[in-house]
Amino acid sequence: MVSPLDKKLGRDLWRMKTQALAIAMVIAVGVLMLVMMDGLVNSLEETKTAYYERYRLADAFAPVKRAPRRLLEEIADIDGVASVEGRVVGGALIDIEGQAAPVRAQAVSLPEFREPRLNDVFLARGAKLDARRHDEILLLEGFADAHGLEPGDRLSATMNGARREFRIVGLAQSPEFLYTTAPGELVPDDSRFAVIWMGEEALAAAFDMDGAFNEALIGLERGAPLPAVLAALDRLLDPYGGAGAYGLEDQLSNRFITEEISGLVVSRSVVPPIFMAVAAFLLYIVISRMISAERLQIGLLKAFGYTNMEVGVHYFKFVLAIALVGAAAGCLFGILSGQALAGYYQLYYKIPFLIFLVDPGAFLIAVAVSVVSASAGGVIALQSVFALTPAVAMRPPAPPDYSRAFDIAGALKTWLDQPSRMVLRRLGRQPGKAFVAVIGIAAGMGLSLSMIGVMSGFSRSMDLTFTVIDRSDATVSFIEPLSDKTLYELARMDGVIEVERFREVPVILRNGTKSHRGGISGLIAEPRLSRAMVNETDPIHIRKDGVILAQTLRDKLDVEAGDMITIDVREGRRPILTAPVVAIADSLLGAPIYMEIGALNEALSEPHRVSGARLRIDSDKADMIYEKLKNMPAVAGVSLKGDARDALEKIMNEGAGATRFIMAGMAAVITFGIVFNSARIAFAERAHDLASLRVMGFTKGEAAFVLLGELGIIVLIALPLGIVIGHGLVGAIAAGFSTDLYSIPAEVDAASGGGAALAVLIAAVASGLLVKRDVDRLDLVAALKSRE
Amino acid sequence: MSERAAFETRGLTKVYGEGPTAVHALRGVDLVIPEGELVVLLGASGSGKSTLLNILGGLDRASGGAALFFDKDITAMTDRQLTLYRREHIGFVFQFYNLMPSLSAEENVELVTEIAENPLDPVEALGLVGLDKRRDHFPAELSGGEQQRVAIARAIAKQPTVLFCDEPTGALDSVTGRTVLGALQNVNRELGATVAIITHAAATAAMADRVIIMSDGAVREMTVNDAPQSAEEIEW
Repeated sequence: MVSPLDKKLGRDLWRMKTQALAIAMVIAVGVLMLVMMDGLVNSLEETKTAYYERYRLADAFAPVKRAPRRLLEEIADIDGVASVEGRVVGGALIDIEGQAAPVRAQAVSLPEFREPRLNDVFLARGAKLDARRHDEILLLEGFADAHGLEPGDRLSATMNGARREFRIVGLAQSPEFLYTTAPGELVPDDSRFAVIWMGEEALAAAFDMDGAFNEALIGLERGAPLPAVLAALDRLLDPYGGAGAYGLEDQLSNRFITEEISGLVVSRSVVPPIFMAVAAFLLYIVISRMISAERLQIGLLKAFGYTNMEVGVHYFKFVLAIALVGAAAGCLFGILSGQALAGYYQLYYKIPFLIFLVDPGAFLIAVAVSVVSASAGGVIALQSVFALTPAVAMRPPAPPDYSRAFDIAGALKTWLDQPSRMVLRRLGRQPGKAFVAVIGIAAGMGLSLSMIGVMSGFSRSMDLTFTVIDRSDATVSFIEPLSDKTLYELARMDGVIEVERFREVPVILRNGTKSHRGGISGLIAEPRLSRAMVNETDPIHIRKDGVILAQTLRDKLDVEAGDMITIDVREGRRPILTAPVVAIADSLLGAPIYMEIGALNEALSEPHRVSGARLRIDSDKADMIYEKLKNMPAVAGVSLKGDARDALEKIMNEGAGATRFIMAGMAAVITFGIVFNSARIAFAERAHDLASLRVMGFTKGEAAFVLLGELGIIVLIALPLGIVIGHGLVGAIAAGFSTDLYSIPAEVDAASGGGAALAVLIAAVASGLLVKRDVDRLDLVAALKSRE
Repeated sequence: MSERAAFETRGLTKVYGEGPTAVHALRGVDLVIPEGELVVLLGASGSGKSTLLNILGGLDRASGGAALFFDKDITAMTDRQLTLYRREHIGFVFQFYNLMPSLSAEENVELVTEIAENPLDPVEALGLVGLDKRRDHFPAELSGGEQQRVAIARAIAKQPTVLFCDEPTGALDSVTGRTVLGALQNVNRELGATVAIITHAAATAAMADRVIIMSDGAVREMTVNDAPQSAEEIEW
C-alpha cells in the first residue's frame, strides 16, 4: 500500500519533472566525469600491466657494444634474475617511395626456432617469420598503417651501410613499442619511425654480430632488487662496452605511456572533484530554493499532525530520488563513456586487448557526494520552514520587507522606472541570495574559463615550441659524433641558409637519490635556431660554466640555480662530471638540459665533435636537400620541424590531451545548467508578481524584463568573479594535463576570458529565452488565484 | 445613468478540459452592464462569477459566444490586443492585493501610471483611498486593508473605464472591508468608472446599482437597485 505522502512524492516529481531533470543532469555530469576518468585510468593501468605480462616485457635492458652469447649464462646466474634473452638490435634507414626524407628504423632480432623468452610480439596480421628465409621481416603495424604497407609488400632498407630488400610477411605490435620515437627525438610519430623484426641469424649477419648480442633483456624474480641487478649487469658487461643497464621505468615507450597515464591520474584527481564541487554547490542552491517554495504544503502537513521528522523524511526522499536518478545516469553514462574512451586509447596505444575496470569506490564517492550535497540544501531550507507554526506556514508569506533594505534604487529614483526599481530592490533586499547566484554562475564560468585556458595553453605550448624556441626547418643527426668540419659540407649545399651545430650526449643526472636519464644538448653560446628560453620569450645565453636545466627537471631533481649536480655520461669514455646548475629554462616540450657545446666537448675530452645540426633551408629546394642528405653515409636521420609539429599536435589532440575536449563540453553543460536553473528558479519564485504585471497591462516583454533584468545584473557581476575563479582553477587543471613530454602553460589570457564570458552570456541569453517562453505562457488566472 | 452598455455578452460559454471530464464553467451567459454602474456579482463557489470577470477583463478566453466591450468583441482579440485592452481600459483588484513587495505604495501606483495614457497623479490616487500620507511605505509595513486600498489606488490611477474586483474584501475584517468598499464606491461616483465587484457577502448588494446572481454557469437573476446605499450604511 503506497502511503498518501509517497503518492504526493511521485506526483510532485512528475509535476516538477523539467526542473528535476535539470538538477539530475548536473549531478549526472559530475558523477559521469568521476566514473569516466576512474574507469579510464584503471582500465589503462590494468590493460598495460596485462599486456606487459602476456608478452613478457623485460624488467631490465642492458645495451652493450658486442658481447659473446655465452655471457648470457653468467647473466642468468645473477641473483634475482629469472630469465634472460640476448638479441641484436641496430639502426636502419628505410626508403619510402615518394618521400625524399629517409625514415629511421630500429631492427630487432627474434629467435628463429623458439618463442622469445622476453619481449614477445603480437602478430596483428600476416604470418610469422620463416626461419629459413633471411629476407623476411615483421613490420610495426602502426608504421605500416601510416604508409599503407601490407603483408606481401616489399621494403628497402639500409643497414650498416648496405642497402637490402625485404619482404614484409606480417605486421606486429609489441608492448616494448607502444610509443615509438627515433633516437634523440622527443615526439613519437607512427609515420616517422619504424620497427623491423627479423630472424636473429639474418640480423646478426647484417651487423657483424655472429655468436654475439648487443642487448640483453632481463626478467626479474618477484621482489628482486632492481638496482643490485643493474649494478651486477654493468659489472659483467663493462668489458664488452656496456652502455649502462636500465630498468623498465627508464625504457622510452614505457616512460611515455606511464607519463600519459599519470597525467590522466592527475586529471582524474583534480578535474572531476572540481566538477563535483560545482555540481554539488548548484544542487544545494536549487534544492534549498525548491523546498522553500513548498512552504505552504509543509505547513499543511504539519497542521494535519505530521511530525517534522515525517515531513523531513518526505522531502529527503524527494531529494534522494532526484540525486539517485542523476547519480545512476552519471554512473551508467560514465561507464559507457569511460569504456568508449578507454577503447579509443586502446586503439591509440595499439594494445591488442582492453580490460575495462571501474573501482566501486568511485561509484560510492560519486553517489555519496550527490546525495549529501542535495540533502544539505534540503535540510537548511526545511529548518527555516519548521521554525514556523503551521498556521503561519500555511498563510502566504507576508510580503518581504523592503523598507530596511539597502536602497540604491531609491537613490536613483529620478532615472529609474518602476520595473528597474523592482529589479534593483530585489537584489538589494536579498543580497545573500543574489550573491549565491553570482557565485554559482561565476563557478560555472570559472570552470569553463579554466578549460578554455587549458585549450589555449595547448596551442600556446605548440606556438612557443615551434616558432619561438625552435626556429629551424630541419634537424640532421649523425650516426655517431663527427668532426665539426662535416658541417661545411652541409653549409655548402644549395638552399641551406643557416647551419647550427649541436651535440647530444646521453647522461644520467643525479642529485642525491634523485636521478634523471636523458640527454645534454650542447648548443652554441648564442643559438639562433634552437634556443633555451625563460619567461616564454627571453632567450638565455648558454654558459660555459655549468648546465641549464628545464623547469621540470628542477622539480624532478629538486635543484635550484647555484646547486651542484652530478652528470653520469653514458657515451664514449663515460666520465662522471660535476657541474653547477647556472639557470633554469622554460620547458614546454621534453625536459632539456643545456650546456655550451665547446665546454661540453672539453669535459668529454672530445673537442670539435658534433652530433648533428639544425638547418634553415630554402623551402623550394627542400626535396633536393633531403635527397642529398639521404645519400650521406654519416647521416642517421633527418627530422622536419613541420612533421614534428604535426606529430605533437596529434599527441596532444589524440593522446592524454584528448579528454580536454570532453571536459570542456562538460564545463559548458554545467555552466549552462547553473545559469538556466538560476533563471528558472527566479521565475518560479516570481510567477505571481509577473502575472500581476501582465494583468495590469504590461506586455510580455515588459514583464520578462523584471525577471531577466535581475538575471542580467547577476550575470554581469558574475563575469569578473568568474575570471578570478578561472585563474585559480586553470593552474590545477593545466598541471593535470601536463606530462613529462609536454607542459601546458597555466594562464588565462584576455582572449580566453572573453571566450568564457561570451559562453556565459550565450548561456544567459539562451536561458533567458527559455524562461521568457514561460513568462509568455503564464496562466494569468491560475497564477493569481492561488497565492504561491 | 448612461444608456450605453459597457459590456454586453451573448451566449458566452467557457469549458475547461474536454470529453467526459470537461467542466462547463459558463453555460451561455447573456447580460448587459451599462456604462458607469456599480455592479455586484453574487453566487456560490463555482457558479462562474470569476470566470465571467476574467473573460470580461481579458485575462481568460471564452470557449464560445461573444463578449462586447463598447461594441468591440473581446473574444476575437489577439494576445497583444488583450494586453493593450487591459493596459488602457481595465483595472483589477484582487483578494490578495498582489502588490509588488519591492515597491513602496506610491511606486506601486507609479507602476501603472508609467504605462497608462492619461493617468491620475499617483499621490492623488492614493488620496482617493486615504493613503496619501503613507505613500512611502512598503507593503510589508501596511495592514491588509491598507494594502488593498493601495491595490485600488493602483487600479484606478490609470483612470480605467472599468474596475474589476474579485473578492476585494475577502481577506479583510468588516471595518476594514467597509473602508475598502467605500473607496470603490468613490471611484465609481467621482471618476465615473464602471465597477464590477465579485463577493460572497450578500450585504454588499445594497450598495450596487445592479445585482447579478449567478449559479451553475448562468445568470439566474438580475435586479436593478434604484436607491443604492452608501458603503458606510451597509450592514455586515
